Amino acid sequence: MVVPLYNEATVVADVITGLRAEFPHVVCVDDASTDGSAALARGAGAVVVQHPVNLGQGAALQTGLTFALADPAMDSVVTFDADGQHQVADARAMVDRLAAEHLDVVLGSRFLDGRTRPGLLKRATLRAAVVQSNLSTGMKLTDAHNGLRALSRQAVQTLNIRQNRMAHASEIVAQLGRSELAWAEHPVHILYTDYTRAKGQSLWNSVNIVTELLHR
Amino acid sequence: MLIQIVLVVVIVAGGLALLRAPGGARNQALRRLGVLALAAFAVVTVLAPTTMTRLAGLVGVGRGTDLLLYGLAVTFFGYTVTSYRRTRLFEEQMTALARGMALTEAAAMQAQAAASAVQEQPRQGDGASR
Repeated sequence: MVVPLYNEATVVADVITGLRAEFPHVVCVDDASTDGSAALARGAGAVVVQHPVNLGQGAALQTGLTFALADPAMDSVVTFDADGQHQVADARAMVDRLAAEHLDVVLGSRFLDGRTRPGLLKRATLRAAVVQSNLSTGMKLTDAHNGLRALSRQAVQTLNIRQNRMAHASEIVAQLGRSELAWAEHPVHILYTDYTRAKGQSLWNSVNIVTELLHR
Repeated sequence: MLIQIVLVVVIVAGGLALLRAPGGARNQALRRLGVLALAAFAVVTVLAPTTMTRLAGLVGVGRGTDLLLYGLAVTFFGYTVTSYRRTRLFEEQMTALARGMALTEAAAMQAQAAASAVQEQPRQGDGASR
């Protein structure tokens, strides 16, 4: 499990504990949090890799992937958010599916079943992101901005995330689209609480993401 | 008009430059030549305004100062493009550096934890735990 972490002191210990009940190897990449999240994650049993300065979630993910690759026994990685939006059961199902169907990538999608209820504006923005993503990457996804992904070792080796900040999700999809890796989408439940709604990626960021990708 | 063709070509070339690899001696030299050309241009405008006006007339622009303005706008655009790309390069270097530090430190901590677990084992006899 690769968990990018930035200032989630309120929930990170619970998230890590929940993960460790199901998965023995949890790596938390602390992106220079200022609220003591790293110590809390370590206390809950995660291996914590700490960025000396804040680089962004994309950078934290890549650091986690590089760390995981150093373990020769690693055969799959799940990227999982530290804010409690993702469900451990979904991660388990995706890892099992990765092995059972001999896939390299399983991408979580909140639009494949009816469990997730985003607000109207958020849903509209996500749908627009899907259209943009499908047009530019050639991969037909139903959810282009989902942080829950299961990746085989091969997929981890293929990826090279260079977008440090929020454009990394689109970059991952684009790289997977260009590769020959076998992929599938899997229904997941994204839990929106008041806490995550307050912290969630602002819609203004969508503008930033699109301009970042243009500059690439 | 000729000026329109020139401006569009320069702007499109600048935009295309966005897509190419940042850095390089050639890009740096081109940037510096661009700045020097603009400075020379500005000096000529000040010292010989009629020359500029005639040159402007050649490409379809009304006044010499207007020509200078177009040149300035295009150069500024080019500057923001190269400036952004240079910043991008610095950011990539810093990320590689910070990542290297983070991973080195994590590996050291893991080695230390493994070493102390091995040391404790004979005393406690209940198996190493991390």
